[in-house]
Amino acid sequence: MLIVAGFFLASCAATNTEQGGDADAASASASSSSGGEITAGTQEDLIVNVGDRVFFEFDSSELTVDAQATLDAQAAWLMQYPDTNITVEGHADERGTREYNLALGDKRAFSVYSYLAQAGIDTNRMEYVSWGKERPEVIGSDETAYSQNRRGVTLVSN
Amino acid sequence: MIKKILIILFFSFNANAALEVTIAQGKVEPTPIAITQIFGADSDTARYGNTLRQIISNNLTNSGLFYTVNEDLYIQSDNLVEKVPRFEDWKLIKAQFLLSADVSKTDKGIRLRMRLYDVFNAKEIEKLQLTIPDENLIRRVGHTVSDIVYERITGETGYFDTRIVYVSEIGPLDQRVKRLAIMDQDGHIDSHQFLTDGKNMVLTPRFAPNKQLITYMEYKNNLPRVYIYNLKTGEREIVGDFPGMTFAPRFSPDSQSVVMSFSDPNNAANSEIYLMDLNTRSRSRLTNDSGIDTSPSFSPDGNKIVFNSDRGGSPQLFVMDKNGDNIKRISKGRGVYGNPVWSPRGDLIAFTKLTQGNFHIGVMDINGNNERVIVRDFALESPAWSPNGRYLIFHRQKRSNLDGTGGEVTIHFIDITGYNERVIPTPRDGSDPAWSPLL
Repeated sequence: MLIVAGFFLASCAATNTEQGGDADAASASASSSSGGEITAGTQEDLIVNVGDRVFFEFDSSELTVDAQATLDAQAAWLMQYPDTNITVEGHADERGTREYNLALGDKRAFSVYSYLAQAGIDTNRMEYVSWGKERPEVIGSDETAYSQNRRGVTLVSN
Repeated sequence: MIKKILIILFFSFNANAALEVTIAQGKVEPTPIAITQIFGADSDTARYGNTLRQIISNNLTNSGLFYTVNEDLYIQSDNLVEKVPRFEDWKLIKAQFLLSADVSKTDKGIRLRMRLYDVFNAKEIEKLQLTIPDENLIRRVGHTVSDIVYERITGETGYFDTRIVYVSEIGPLDQRVKRLAIMDQDGHIDSHQFLTDGKNMVLTPRFAPNKQLITYMEYKNNLPRVYIYNLKTGEREIVGDFPGMTFAPRFSPDSQSVVMSFSDPNNAANSEIYLMDLNTRSRSRLTNDSGIDTSPSFSPDGNKIVFNSDRGGSPQLFVMDKNGDNIKRISKGRGVYGNPVWSPRGDLIAFTKLTQGNFHIGVMDINGNNERVIVRDFALESPAWSPNGRYLIFHRQKRSNLDGTGGEVTIHFIDITGYNERVIPTPRDGSDPAWSPLL
C-alpha cells in the first residue's frame, strides 16, 4: 500500500536518527516536497504523516498534552501496521551531567514506551534505549537547540 | 601492560624529614629546585638522561609546588653524584634544593644514580641507585624519581607514577566517536594508547584500586551496559545480566564489587543504585525511591557511599551507609549538583554544580559543610581525584554552535586550592578522565 504525502514538511530535513536517519529523512522530505510517494508503514511514513517524536520540559520525563496527542497518533499508526516493530530513544539536552542525563533519557524513553503499551501496542514489538546527552538532534548551546534535544524518538526497527 | 618495576634497588637514608612546603589553603609559593644535567657517558645514556631530566623537571613544575631554576644561571656544572656540591654556588642562584644524577650501562641494564641535596642546610637528603632492566621503562622511572623527590621535600605522597584513563572523542557532535584511551598522568604522547576501536560508544571509565581493571559503560548492540576492561589481558566482560540499562559504575575500595545504577524496566526505568559482587555475582539494591539515584562513589574506608539523587525535586548530593541505610542529604547550596566523588584522603567530596548558567567544580566536607568552588565555566564535568588527594582532573567543554562548530572538550588538571590549572594534552578531544592509584 502506498500513501501519497499531501503536504510539505521542511522540518523533516532536520529529522536525524541513530540508524542512518540522515538519508531517510532527506529522502522523505524530498519525496514529499516533489509530491512523490512514501511507502506506508515505514519511518518516512511515520515522520511525515504522524510525527516520530515528542518533546519534554527541562529535567522532566512527563508527557505533555502535545506529546500525548502525538503518541495517540503513533499508537493508531502502529495498530494499522501490526508487523512494524519500534525502538524508542530517550534523549536529554547538554545541561546536566552525563550520568544523570542517561537516567533521565531512560525515564523519557520509558514514558513513551509505556504510553504506547497502555494504548494497546504489544510490548514485544517495542524496545527502548537512553542516549542521554550523547546524540543531540540540534547542535548548539542555547535553548533553541536544547528544546529540540529533550526528546523521545520512535524508530521503526524492521 | 602496566609492569611493575621489579628490579629497583633502592637505598634511602637520613630520616630527618625536610617539610619545606606548607600545604594549606591558598596559594603555595613554588620551591626552587635546580636539576643538573643527568650525565651519560655515551649517546644512549646521554639520551636516557635527557629524557629523565625532562620528565622530572616537567612533573615537579606541573605540580605547582616547584619551579626549576633556569639552567643558564648554574655556576657549577659538574656531576654531583659522587662529589659534594659547592652549596654556596647554588645558594647564590637561590636554588633551595639540588638534584643531580647520572646514567650508565651495566650488565643488568641501565643504572641510574641520583642525589638530592638541601642547599640551605648544605646536606644530602636523599640518594638512590636503581637498575632499569628495559629502556621502555624509562618514563616510569622518571615518574618514580619525581615521586621520591616530591615526597621527600613536601612530605606528601606523590602522584606522578600514575595513569589516566579517559574517553577520546572525534567527529561531529551529533555523531561523536568515543574510544577508551589511557596515558601517563602527564599526557605524554609516547605513553598514549587506545583501548577500544570506536565501533561502540563508551562512557565514564574508572580505575579499580587494584590498578588492573577499568569499569565503564558501553553501548554494545545498542544496549548500554556496564563492563570491566582488564588491562593485562585486554578482555572485556559485562557486569551482571540486567534487563535494562546499567551505568555510572565505580569500584569499591577492595576492588571486589562495583557500585552502579540500574534502570529496571519493571520499576518504570527509574535508576536505583545497586552493588554487584564480582566474585559471587550477587547483586543488592541499595536505594528505593521514585527519584533518579545515580553517580555513586565509595568512601575510601568502604563504609559510606555518596550519590546523586533528585528525590527532593532537583538533583542533590546524598550520603548513605554501604548497605543503603541512613540516607542524608549533604549538598546545601543553591543549584543542581552532580558527579560526587569521595577524595582518597576521605575528608572531602568533589562535585559539579550547575547554577546561574554555569557549571562549577567544587569540594565540600563529607557532611556538606565548607563548600567552595574551585573552577567555574560554561560546561565542566567529571571531577576525579589524584591518588594523593591534592589535585583534581576534569573536562571542560566549549559552547557549540548551530553550524556544528565549537564544542571542543579537553582534560584539565587543577590544585584543589584553585591554582595551577593546566591542560593535559590528548591527541584528540578528551572527556571523562579518571586517575589510577599510584602504580
